[in-house]
Amino acid sequence: MKFLRQQLSSWSWEVLLLVLLVLTIFLGNSLSPYFLTPFNLSLMVEGFIEIAIMALSMTLIIIAGEIDLSVASVLGLSSVMLGVTWNAGLPLWLDMIIALAIGMLAGLFNGLLVTRLGLPSLVVTLGTLALFRGLAYVILGSQAVSNFPSGFTTFGIGDVPGTLIPWTFVLFVLLALVFFVVLHLSWIGRQIFATGNNKEAARFAGIRVNRLKLLLFVLSGLLAAVAGIVFTARISSARADNAVGFELYVVTAVLLGGVNIFGGRGSLVGVILALFVIGGLRNALGLNNISGDIQNIVIGTLLVLSVLGPNIAQRIQAAASRRRLATGSSKTSVKGG
Amino acid sequence: MKKLLLTLGSGFCVFVLLVLAGCGGSNTSSGGSTPSSGGNTLNIVFLPKAINNPYFDTAAKGAKQAATALNGSFKQVGPSTASASDQVTWINNLTAQHVGAIVVSANDPNALSPALKQAMQQGIKVVSYDSDVTPDARQLFVNQANAEAIGRIEVQLLGKQLNYTGQIAILSAASTATNQNTWIGFMKDELSKPQYKNMQLVKIAYGNDDDQTSFNDTLSLMQAYPNLKGIISPTTVGIAAAARAIESVNKGGKVALTGLGTPNQMRKYVEDGTVQQFALWDPGKLGELAYYAAAALIQGKISGQQGQNFSAGTLGNYTIGTNSVVVLGPPTVFDKTNISQFNF
Repeated sequence: MKFLRQQLSSWSWEVLLLVLLVLTIFLGNSLSPYFLTPFNLSLMVEGFIEIAIMALSMTLIIIAGEIDLSVASVLGLSSVMLGVTWNAGLPLWLDMIIALAIGMLAGLFNGLLVTRLGLPSLVVTLGTLALFRGLAYVILGSQAVSNFPSGFTTFGIGDVPGTLIPWTFVLFVLLALVFFVVLHLSWIGRQIFATGNNKEAARFAGIRVNRLKLLLFVLSGLLAAVAGIVFTARISSARADNAVGFELYVVTAVLLGGVNIFGGRGSLVGVILALFVIGGLRNALGLNNISGDIQNIVIGTLLVLSVLGPNIAQRIQAAASRRRLATGSSKTSVKGG
Repeated sequence: MKKLLLTLGSGFCVFVLLVLAGCGGSNTSSGGSTPSSGGNTLNIVFLPKAINNPYFDTAAKGAKQAATALNGSFKQVGPSTASASDQVTWINNLTAQHVGAIVVSANDPNALSPALKQAMQQGIKVVSYDSDVTPDARQLFVNQANAEAIGRIEVQLLGKQLNYTGQIAILSAASTATNQNTWIGFMKDELSKPQYKNMQLVKIAYGNDDDQTSFNDTLSLMQAYPNLKGIISPTTVGIAAAARAIESVNKGGKVALTGLGTPNQMRKYVEDGTVQQFALWDPGKLGELAYYAAAALIQGKISGQQGQNFSAGTLGNYTIGTNSVVVLGPPTVFDKTNISQFNF
């Protein structure tokens, strides 16, 4: 019964998101005649792809009951490594492998601190948010590496020939399919949900919770590095300040997508819908030349609301069930309170 | 599982339908308030390194004056912190709106290039001001700083104050800073002229554009050279730190200070006499000129080729130089008499 109700509540969240998405589209269209032009939609998707990629692994991590705030810094660090190795004359494929490896190493570092030392991931990754960004600045300073081959930058801003679908969007769709299958259709997904629901119970059920979490952090680092390569290609520059502050968008998309901040619940479908909502909203504001400060206020408000919404709903539910219990027996209500 | 797929499917269907409806609708109805992209209106948007910055706000004021004079529209958009990638997002937003011209001060010359080139492919004119992008990603660069004029004027200002005698030092930014090194080159050249034969450059210190380092460097300069008569600091961070350092050891009036600074940070020191004169370009004029340049491009009066002329209202006539660069002109000198007129 309870399981069914949970399924139902997550289902209703996605309906709510669909309504939000429709509202966003109507809002965007009424505010700007350019919003629904294919050209604009193509640019909008292109400019949001790194956030979308990082949101995939962030979904898994938050469902498992942890968080990774360092993703944007890992993106910056891997972008810098890509630039530095390219400058050193190594072939581009090798630079990309090095960038991906650096991302995984950064994720491994986060994961080890969380799983081996038992530190809270919120604090660990807040620390490495500064640490990895600092490293990026130490390595490259305020310089930029930008003499990448044109094929690489074409991947960053080019479209599939004959269409307005960005190449990077194709990459995202492929990644999203893989993540969907892993999270919702495989035993790994079931282990992730179990871990987030109740770590101890998951451990007793034979799930190697720490190894799973370590893997998720490495995965998060890897996806941040993928996003780093995409970002570097898109602006054809490796810079230490690439994607500063993107973690705000990533976490907002995941939580707005209905993933429970305390773990155990959520779906990729919701997160993808939320990505469209946030990307569309940001684009609609931008097309009306509404400044970055106001955009941050909107995104920040969405983040708070998406945590607050389910929380308030839960409280109302709890209060209702307390009242039901109180009518039955006053003793249980005291205990429950 | 079925429900999930159903949601996903219906979500995309709704999205696609709305997109199609929107595309069909936008041809027949014009519900938007945004001005049309027609060729006769001047729809010019400024994209500074960051908004809420007094320097760029002053430039915007100048641009607004030009917009009023030409009966065009002026807008300023931009990131809240100086970020190259945020600027790329803004360029894409402006490209989608098909504005007439984008006037940009780049946080990174290369990072903005692909997006600006895309804008130019859509027929949008691109002018850089204050900080250039790669030359193939814009039609014009409106350059505030004629390196030679800036280098020489700082020596001239100090020479006059010191009656052309005494030891002087330079407090620069990083030892690798391109702008500063170019200016210092012209300072040395100016100093080699006969009227400066009694002025000796004893040391070039590098404060790395860090307030504390520059402050300490100034103190050690005054200790190491007790007869030091003057300091030139060709960086806005350095000159403010140096003024504070000179004041902290009560050497105001004994050690002269000049260089490049902004009126707001130097106001206090000019009013209390620590600093007599300093120089900088007037960002208001820079914004004004950039607007006129963008307007001339939209109107087809110029294409950005070297040697072409255009009129910039009260600023006069300008000629496009090599690499499609337009130079604003000699820097403005600020002192007690005029500093109150500037706010940036």
